[in-house]
Amino acid sequence: MMADVATYVLTALGLVFFVAGTVGLLRFPDTFSRLHALTKADNLGLGFIALGVAFQADTWAQLAMLALIWALALLAAGTVAQLVARAALAQVQEGE
Amino acid sequence: MSLALDLALCALILGAALATVAGGAVFRAVIFFITYGLFLAIGWARLGAFDVALAEAAIGAGLTGVLLLAAHGRLRRMQAGDAPPPAGLNLPAALAGAGMALALGWAWFALPVPATPDIAQALPRSGVGNPVTAVLLNFRAWDTLLESIVLLAALLGVWMLARNDDWNAPLGPRYHALSGGVLVNFGRFLPPIGLCFGVYLVWAGADYIGGAFQGGTVLAAVGLVALMANVVRPPRVSYALLRVAVVVGPAVFLLAGLLAAGFGGAFLTLPPALAKPVILVIEAALTISIAVTLALLVIGPPDDAGRSS
Amino acid sequence: MTVWLHIVALGLLASLGGALWRVWCGPSQADRMMAAQLVGTGGVGVLIVLAALQDWGLLVVALALALLAALAAVGFIKAQTPDGAGDPEETAPPAGWQNRHATGQADKRA
Repeated sequence: MMADVATYVLTALGLVFFVAGTVGLLRFPDTFSRLHALTKADNLGLGFIALGVAFQADTWAQLAMLALIWALALLAAGTVAQLVARAALAQVQEGE
Repeated sequence: MSLALDLALCALILGAALATVAGGAVFRAVIFFITYGLFLAIGWARLGAFDVALAEAAIGAGLTGVLLLAAHGRLRRMQAGDAPPPAGLNLPAALAGAGMALALGWAWFALPVPATPDIAQALPRSGVGNPVTAVLLNFRAWDTLLESIVLLAALLGVWMLARNDDWNAPLGPRYHALSGGVLVNFGRFLPPIGLCFGVYLVWAGADYIGGAFQGGTVLAAVGLVALMANVVRPPRVSYALLRVAVVVGPAVFLLAGLLAAGFGGAFLTLPPALAKPVILVIEAALTISIAVTLALLVIGPPDDAGRSS
Repeated sequence: MTVWLHIVALGLLASLGGALWRVWCGPSQADRMMAAQLVGTGGVGVLIVLAALQDWGLLVVALALALLAALAAVGFIKAQTPDGAGDPEETAPPAGWQNRHATGQADKRA
């Protein structure tokens, strides 16, 4: 019962962060602020969803998988945000 | 509720597909194609085809994306990037595409449903527990063998595009990266995890989700990351180990088939008692070939243009 | 619980639909690439929720997607460099880049 409540709350939080990330992606004025909104909100959202779903898991292996998925997503997002921002910066320089 | 989910997924798949072909912007189309692959993977997962979802996630969203983005970058450097295609070419292509879609749709409804043999009944004789692996490597092994040879032929075709002078240069463009930078560290960190996961997929594929193709694709993808981060140097065409890696899959597969024929069975019919170990050996060899071939297909022929100029 | 997880998956898909809008509008290529990145992360989220709904085996698919999430973006930044094989970090950022786009940040430092 408690586990179900935790799932409701955490996945709802995750969904809020995902929606916030998308709103940031759509509404922020320039490329760099959009990048910034996206990577942070998104990965927090994924973390909350993974945590929420973890309360429904049956085995330790599933918990480990969920943790690994989130860790990999964080690694990918951090790398990509840095590199794409640098690529976008080079493009800004080129354009002027 | 579950219908609403499926409908939303269908709308996203169709929307991404339409956006890919609509409009003339090449880069936008490439990005939409990547998202299309992602949605398609979710769609396959929704349908319960986990092995297909795995392959689609790795190939559609991963490898094909890198290939198309590299092609777009090359076009841009050749000043041909976003030039609209010549007028009058779009309409015939659209008509041909729509005609093909209609024909396939017609075939789906018009052709009789083939009487499929009950896989579940035959599964114990296949030596493995995953029905997809059973079909790919036992019941329809012939198709898989030919597919692995097609992959090899495609790689040879790509290599033929190399200039004569470059033939024995290392494969692909001359990748370079800031040493100690984010990209290099990522290229060091990710491949070991991918290696474990890829091998796990091959091993688990006999009885669970995964298989040689899925594992090989994951290995190819992380290998590609290591290559692009300049952590691993691409080999030369003349490198003996490379040639072995590229042909070992089809070769072991063919040999197993011939041995089966030699011991009294027909070509590629595995005796039930030996099926499991034989399938595991074939899968291991196929994985190596698929991983190496796919990664080399993406980086392309030796291209020394960057260094000589 | 089943109904709620369906709602979460639907909400995630809706937010991915929003990202598609950014892919369409751009304007810069980095915007489009990052929106695709959002679709990748969101796809992992959807797969995790589907794993709880349908079959835990889907976590393997989610793991594959998370592992390869950065692949297309790495291909993108490679293709963006002058020779198509470099690393954007190799060139120093342009002078004055700090306050060109983040005026808020520049104010704080002043």
